[in-house]
Amino acid sequence: MDWQGQKVAEQLMQIMLVVFAIAAFITGYIVGSFELMMYVYAGGVVLTILTTIPNWPFFNRHPLKWLDPSEVEKHPKPQVTSSVSKKKTAKK
Amino acid sequence: MHSFGYRANALLSFAITILALMCAIASLSDNFTSPSPSSHVQVLNINWFRNKPDGDDEVSMTMNISADLQSLFTWNTKQVFVFLAAEYETPQNSLNQVSLWDGIIPAKEHAKFYIHTTNKYRFVDQGSNLRGRDFNMTLHWHVMPKTGKMFADKIVMTGFRLPQSYR
Repeated sequence: MDWQGQKVAEQLMQIMLVVFAIAAFITGYIVGSFELMMYVYAGGVVLTILTTIPNWPFFNRHPLKWLDPSEVEKHPKPQVTSSVSKKKTAKK
Repeated sequence: MHSFGYRANALLSFAITILALMCAIASLSDNFTSPSPSSHVQVLNINWFRNKPDGDDEVSMTMNISADLQSLFTWNTKQVFVFLAAEYETPQNSLNQVSLWDGIIPAKEHAKFYIHTTNKYRFVDQGSNLRGRDFNMTLHWHVMPKTGKMFADKIVMTGFRLPQSYR
């Protein structure tokens, strides 16, 4: 995910859980069943898990801009010198 | 929120905190109910009434116990524990409470009951103070919730008396 996606995922998770909790409590209280409240809330938690945890594409709408390759070539990595073989012949 | 584990941890922690809040509110919602239970006890027969060899009095009786505890059940009630106690005063103790019968009511349908029984537990005094004794039959109950605080209450029924002499 990108930075915007992470923020959206966090907000979505918090809002979904609170909304499901309120909905579960109200339906459970009106029907008079504690078990119903638990089932509705558990369903809400599962739905929130499926929506916010996996890396869906809509979380990646503002992808990070990595450096262009031309900028990388201007600063080449230092090469390792081959001085190891010279030392071996001198000792012999 | 930059990895599966991080998001999963945040989500589950928040979900369980909200669950705790929901249970607390469910328990508080019980305070809005106003129960109206009723009960009636009748002593049909004193089966025997004796002084035990170790010096204590003991009595056995047959009773009809009827009660309507349906209004005690809410959506947050797991079960109601009910017991019948004989309460009386003696020169030795200002209050004696002897449990004669108890039961567990698991659901609202079973909360309106009528039973005909001898005392489940022995009615034994500390000493021999029971002859001609006036006593109250008190029906106590404990409402056990699914979440939250258990609360207890009782109904006192007066006007019972034991015989003057042993049988």
